[in-house]
Amino acid sequence: MSARRPDVSPVESRPGAEPPVVIANISRVGISRRRFLQGAGALGGLVLAAGFPSASHAADPPKYGADGMPNGWVDDPLVFVAIGEDGIVTIVCHRSEMGQGVRTGMPMIVADELEADWKRVRVKQATGDEKRFGNQDTDGSRSTRHFFHPMRRCGAAARTMLEGAAAAKWGVPVSEVAAKNHEVVHAKSGRRASYGSLAKAAAAQPVPARDTVRLKDPAQFRYIGKGQLKLVDGRDIVTGKAQYGIDTRLPGMLYAVVARPPVYGGKMASYDAGETLKVAGVVKVVEIDQSPAPAQFNPLGGVAVVATNTWAAIQGRNALKVVWNDGPNGSYDSAEFKASMEESARKPGKVVRNDGNLDTDMAAAARRVEAEYYIPHLAHASMEPPAATVRIVNGKAEVWACVQSPQATRDLVAKRLGLSAADVTVNVTLLGGGFGRKSKPDFAVEAAVVSKAMGGKPVKVTWTRDDDLTHDYFHTVSVEYLEGGLDAQGKPIAWLHRSVAPTLFSTFVDGAKNEHALELGMGVINVPFDIRSVRIENPDAIAHTRIGWFRSVSNIPHAFAVQSFVAELAAAAGRDPKDYLLEVIGPARRVSPGTLGDTWNHGESPERYPVDTGRLRRVVETAAREAGWGRSMPKGRGLGIAAHYSFVSYVAAVVEAAVDEQGVVTIPRIDIAVDCGATVNPDRVRAQMQGAAVMGVGIATLSQVSFKSGRAEQENFDTYEVTRMAGAPREIHVHIIPGDYGQPMGGVGEPGVPPVPPPLCNAIFAATGKRIRTLPIRDQLKA
Amino acid sequence: MTSVTVNGRRHNVNLPDDTPLLWALRDELGLTGTKFGCGMALCGACTVHVDGQPVRACMTPISAVAGSKVVTIEAIGGDAVGRAVQAAWVDMGVPQCGYCQAGQVMAATALLKRNRKPTDAEIDEAMSGNICRCGTYVRIREAIKQAGAAQPGAAR
Repeated sequence: MSARRPDVSPVESRPGAEPPVVIANISRVGISRRRFLQGAGALGGLVLAAGFPSASHAADPPKYGADGMPNGWVDDPLVFVAIGEDGIVTIVCHRSEMGQGVRTGMPMIVADELEADWKRVRVKQATGDEKRFGNQDTDGSRSTRHFFHPMRRCGAAARTMLEGAAAAKWGVPVSEVAAKNHEVVHAKSGRRASYGSLAKAAAAQPVPARDTVRLKDPAQFRYIGKGQLKLVDGRDIVTGKAQYGIDTRLPGMLYAVVARPPVYGGKMASYDAGETLKVAGVVKVVEIDQSPAPAQFNPLGGVAVVATNTWAAIQGRNALKVVWNDGPNGSYDSAEFKASMEESARKPGKVVRNDGNLDTDMAAAARRVEAEYYIPHLAHASMEPPAATVRIVNGKAEVWACVQSPQATRDLVAKRLGLSAADVTVNVTLLGGGFGRKSKPDFAVEAAVVSKAMGGKPVKVTWTRDDDLTHDYFHTVSVEYLEGGLDAQGKPIAWLHRSVAPTLFSTFVDGAKNEHALELGMGVINVPFDIRSVRIENPDAIAHTRIGWFRSVSNIPHAFAVQSFVAELAAAAGRDPKDYLLEVIGPARRVSPGTLGDTWNHGESPERYPVDTGRLRRVVETAAREAGWGRSMPKGRGLGIAAHYSFVSYVAAVVEAAVDEQGVVTIPRIDIAVDCGATVNPDRVRAQMQGAAVMGVGIATLSQVSFKSGRAEQENFDTYEVTRMAGAPREIHVHIIPGDYGQPMGGVGEPGVPPVPPPLCNAIFAATGKRIRTLPIRDQLKA
Repeated sequence: MTSVTVNGRRHNVNLPDDTPLLWALRDELGLTGTKFGCGMALCGACTVHVDGQPVRACMTPISAVAGSKVVTIEAIGGDAVGRAVQAAWVDMGVPQCGYCQAGQVMAATALLKRNRKPTDAEIDEAMSGNICRCGTYVRIREAIKQAGAAQPGAAR
């Protein structure tokens, strides 16, 4: 409970979200906050929220989970909860909402422990301030698994304070009172007091020490795990009231779009704005300096066209004449690069895992199978393109932006403007999709530069769709080479996987050419198969564009290759793909990630989060059973299966594919089984799996970004195709494995995507006998 | 100066005739519920109703709607079918990020106003111009069916 209103975004327009908060003069006693101010080690202060165990202080024990994130976690009720005399409970959500449902889920956890009546709960979005709120980097499928316990403690501490206030008021032992549904009850006397009536006195109660806070028995949860609550923002969304980054409007605001170098690393040689300045509504053009490579989260540079409305700015940019120097990436060509990656994949590379004796077992194998898989660059293509507004008044900057990383936004805007972070306020709007793109606040820095050039006037920078698709932080491009050796019974005894892909670290560290531990730990080295000889190699690959993390990141190409290849081995062995997959996974056991060479483990403790092959088996068995695996299929139809472990969750999918005589693929049904541990909002888990299935289908069938002369060739949704209604799976059945609240939770936002493209291609193989190894499928099946 | 009637109110918009309705709505009239997604009528995020027909506002110059009645997401709840669609969307938890949903609601409302019981093929045809990157299609389909079955006016 807070002495003042929590730091919140003023642009929000939640009905009734301005409670009169009366609590005053609370000293923050009792809770010593744990914060782990930790840079990202090798990246020199860059806030790449990868959750690395601390490398810089070798003497310190490694920190995992939320402890290992920059600025850790906060569970202080004074920070997150405010109660008004009217009984309205305001709960702060410090993570960014981008469709995963965090503005519903996170407050739900607090409200449950608080025994608050959800109808009287309002949600306020935190500004970017990690020292106050704990880590806010909303990526890595981390929000729930990192903040479930802090938010529970937060709600329980606030409940304890209300109970203490009521007990004091009635002069009864606190053990005799209990909070229940927005009031505190003294059962012996039948007295009751509403939360509103207790708010003031509760605020004078000491914040209980963390280890004394009594958490609910999960059997008593009223919201957590139930999936009954509607989305906090649902009504606003369907009535047009929801506020996204692109929707910010301020008095006297100007609108800008930016012409950026079309080639990564290119520079502006000269420009002529003569025609631009003649466009009605155009006010000015502003140069944006280019930062030295690598790009990190800095703007790409170029020229901003500032106008009195967005359309005038776009027209002005169309009239702009710019001469670019493309630089060394001006020859980047996707077809050529694919060929060079294939060449690398066919030769030995840097060994990143080596178990058993691969060469001996491969030589001794009764049968050898090899295959090569390709996945192109992908663009995030969030429906809301990047957009940010900045205003600078009296040396203080205010930002409104759809960012997954509000603290990084704050720090970078401050740095660019020469201000201290304390003088920068980042208001986090709703995000119209994020998928990792909006972790990178380059667009907010652009708005800051332009606002400064306009004397601090509010300026909104909007990215058009072609900006978004041609200047993305692209998903990497990859060639995966696999070779398997089978014994006489068809069981694999040797497994060689060479993964070739430019690393996303190339965007942060000049010249990085190998996959980072973070990427290797996404389903290439940490594959827990029961195969005695395994060698994983990572040949070099140089990036020629700006690479970034895209929902599920390297798990997408790795899972596509691994899970397609297991099906290929099954076919070579003449076995049922599901039975074979289970055999390759082997018996149920808990494998320490370190024994697989995985030092990253999604930033989680290897003891708390081993790779549990029993859980992996169970999702395979569940998806297969629910999908009716083995049922007879009409001609042209097939079932495919795959499973993948990522973001410390286990997901398997069975896809039913139908291929018609023209080679057109439709997907009547997907069954997807997920074990992410216990759930807070199962309806959103289901929604994330449904959405992941659709995105996975789009990746498999349609989407690609290709480069020619250093330029991305796809500029809009006519050429960068994504799944639409007619091409979406007709039915998506999600099967959630029940979890235990005493056990560690897994991620949800990302793990659903990787296991979808491979079973689709496996299903196509079952239907047609054709094996797809290059994505997207597009017209590869056309007759 | 173009005179446009939006959500029952007449506005004189002082922008060049070729300005897309989308930007007039968003930047001049402050109706930001209608979204920018592609600028080329490829994604449907900007769908509004012009004289009852679903139209992509990003490719519709304001000169083309002079004298027409424009209805946006902010006012579609004034229509019984629109209200039923909104209620079904909330009830079924359709939105994820929600950004495309204004356009989806407008397209679905237009569909249901001419066809209360669309088949799956008719839903595919009417809705395939509206992209949802979060992938809410299965719920959109179900919500359209639920809204079509609901009595307009009886919905929340």
